[in-house]
Amino acid sequence: MSTSTPPPLADVAASDGTLRRFLHGLPGVDPVGLEARAAALGTRSIKTTAKAYAIDLAISMIDLTTLEGADTPGKVRSLAAKALRPEPSDRATPATAAVCVYPDMAATARAALGDSGVKVASVATAFPAGRAALDVKLADVRSAVAAGADEIDMVIDRGAFLAGDYLKVYEEIRAVRAECDGQARLKVIFETGELSTYDNIRRASWLGMIAGADFIKTSTGKVGTNATPANTLLMLEAVRDFRAATGVQIGVKPAGGIRTTKDAIKYLVLVNETAGPDWLDNHWFRFGASSLLNDLLMQRQKLRTGRYSGPDYVTVD
Amino acid sequence: MASPHSDPSSAPAAGASPFAYAPAPESRAVVDIAPSYGLFVDGEFTEAADGKVFKTIAPATEEVLSEVAQAGEEDVERAVRAARRAFEKWSALPGSARAKYLFRIARIIQERSRELAVLETLDNGKPIKETRDFDVPQAAAHFFYHAGWADKLAHAGYGPDPRPVGVAAQVIPWNFPLLMLAWKIAPALATGNTVVLKPAETTPLSALFFADVCRQAGLPKGVVNIVTGDGSTGAALVSHPDVDKVAFTGSTEVGKAIARQVAGTRKKVTLELGGKGANIVFDDAPIDQAVEGIVTGIFFNQGQVCCAGSRLLVQESVAEELIASLKRRLGTLRLGDPLDKNTDIGAINSAQQLAKIRELTGIGEAEGAERWSPECELPSSGYWFAPTLFTGVSQAHTVAQDEIFGPVLSVLTFRTPGEAVAKANNTPYGLSAGVWTEKGSRMLAVADRLRAGVVWANTFNKFDPTSPFGGYKESGYGREGGRHGLEAYLDV
Repeated sequence: MSTSTPPPLADVAASDGTLRRFLHGLPGVDPVGLEARAAALGTRSIKTTAKAYAIDLAISMIDLTTLEGADTPGKVRSLAAKALRPEPSDRATPATAAVCVYPDMAATARAALGDSGVKVASVATAFPAGRAALDVKLADVRSAVAAGADEIDMVIDRGAFLAGDYLKVYEEIRAVRAECDGQARLKVIFETGELSTYDNIRRASWLGMIAGADFIKTSTGKVGTNATPANTLLMLEAVRDFRAATGVQIGVKPAGGIRTTKDAIKYLVLVNETAGPDWLDNHWFRFGASSLLNDLLMQRQKLRTGRYSGPDYVTVD
Repeated sequence: MASPHSDPSSAPAAGASPFAYAPAPESRAVVDIAPSYGLFVDGEFTEAADGKVFKTIAPATEEVLSEVAQAGEEDVERAVRAARRAFEKWSALPGSARAKYLFRIARIIQERSRELAVLETLDNGKPIKETRDFDVPQAAAHFFYHAGWADKLAHAGYGPDPRPVGVAAQVIPWNFPLLMLAWKIAPALATGNTVVLKPAETTPLSALFFADVCRQAGLPKGVVNIVTGDGSTGAALVSHPDVDKVAFTGSTEVGKAIARQVAGTRKKVTLELGGKGANIVFDDAPIDQAVEGIVTGIFFNQGQVCCAGSRLLVQESVAEELIASLKRRLGTLRLGDPLDKNTDIGAINSAQQLAKIRELTGIGEAEGAERWSPECELPSSGYWFAPTLFTGVSQAHTVAQDEIFGPVLSVLTFRTPGEAVAKANNTPYGLSAGVWTEKGSRMLAVADRLRAGVVWANTFNKFDPTSPFGGYKESGYGREGGRHGLEAYLDV
């Protein structure tokens, strides 16, 4: 994990002015072209061995998520069991990458997952709106880390970003990063649906990476527009270019709205042909999803047995 | 080909991507190809009068697909006479009745799109994803669009009752065989003309399939006639005295010969010829999308596109960054079996065309331009050419002047908008250009000064039947598509 802004970009956040000039100096995004490219990659035909590989990879990349007001310890334990053994009848099925919960459920998730290798991810910083005082947000992060979270999914202050107060957003990410204290990897959520324009998403991506995000993440899953192939493609371009500029590799996590195997495979094609094969690993790419897992399991069964089973042949957790 | 990595410390060896796409070929069994085809004259398939035939092959494998009749003067005579006979009734039909046939043809093309896509890919060598997603849907769209015009010609701006010209002789190229057929036949029929069309020698099959579509649609006999053959058939057709209108798409050399041939006759002529399109990238361009646009501009259909963006003009201040991105992107292009749904780059259409591309790229190297191709394994049989960049090119290089008609991009740089425009216009051609900038005022100012029939703004190679297409200077004259395209087939 990097602890400070990589040297080539060290002076970018020296002041509000330098940060603004840098972010506004990034190349613009043509929406029509971006969406056309994402759609074109979506027409790749992934069959047989490639499909089997993609399904297992996608399962291993899921942050199996429950973020409801109605979450209980029982629900979280049940989800953890699913994450560890998604397919009880076939032990060759990979585990998911992580279980993603609210901070007050992090300890329950930690106890259920133990040292299995499946990570505990916790949202924090007054998720999902992020409208709280900084010290409240930091306390939120602290409690999640103390409860054993391996990963913190923070939300940026979209209000500050849209008001042009980039330095405030930057400093908040730095503060959260310090609170993670080298114990937890930091995912920075932009809520792309609220940033609205692709130019904003590109700027937010660079702002997050410069501030020390380990992962950049599209959305909370709580607003109308969440992950889309186009906004994920744009963020993959950002991590690709950031590594070329600094040598530092950053992960990407689309979240919300990815429900089918077909969709997940399209995202993996985006990763493969944009950021490149180095990102085809759950250390560098994740899906924030819940219902996606069962669809992947059904497709996996279909590929293995030649028969399509149906929703009663995968577990509901 | 595998994408190169910018960070060698964590990168696996090139080609080691674990996510290797398994072959996903479209089945060639979806289309029946007869062992031999006749000429389509007066609603019937008939052999050539002298019984001559020629073979058409699949450029990806050099496999013989079928044997096709070679039309001679006698056959052309018969086809023109059939078209002339059909003209009287066809032109007298109300527009709404002609529209009915055009709508039917459009729908049959859609219904049989899979057959057509596979057939076109086999005969032409282009990837199935292009025939499936571009050629065939665009061909259907042209018939739908012109079906709409057939009963509204009074409102097209050519007078209250514009009349058709008569018999149209149409000669089309091999790069978009079905789509160029649609560009020619749809407006001709909508306006009440009858046609004799000659497809290219190397790609006759989709036109002959279309003849079957005409029969299926119940189109009256003689309204569409298709004569296959080589250049001599085309020459006999355009010089036939009873032809009223000549429409040609193809090389500038042949276009000039046709213009000379019909000079002094009553024939109306439209020519859509070669090009050396400039794709101009300013320093404030949306770079990632510009890279995609450059790739689409020159590697779409293996660069065998008259309006290809074969010259990249990039502002010096972003040239290095852009060329690096472009090279990385070219490393992800997948060249191979055109029937595989994941193939981006297919085969070159013919041995003759491949030889021309090799000759011109050889000249480029000899003249000192720097040649680059991604790591790329070419199939052992068939006609293949790796995507190629020439950097360090100046206006004085042959590869900046001559149309290569292949997957070869010449990269030039400029310093100011004025220089970009001057270089873009400094060509005998004037078919297409692209401009990439996020600044609206610059876009409009530059587009205004480019002498090209089509200028794309932050995109490239986008087509629509509503949009007129055609050239300046040696790229030809007349327009196809849109309201403007109707004029070529009306006696106005």
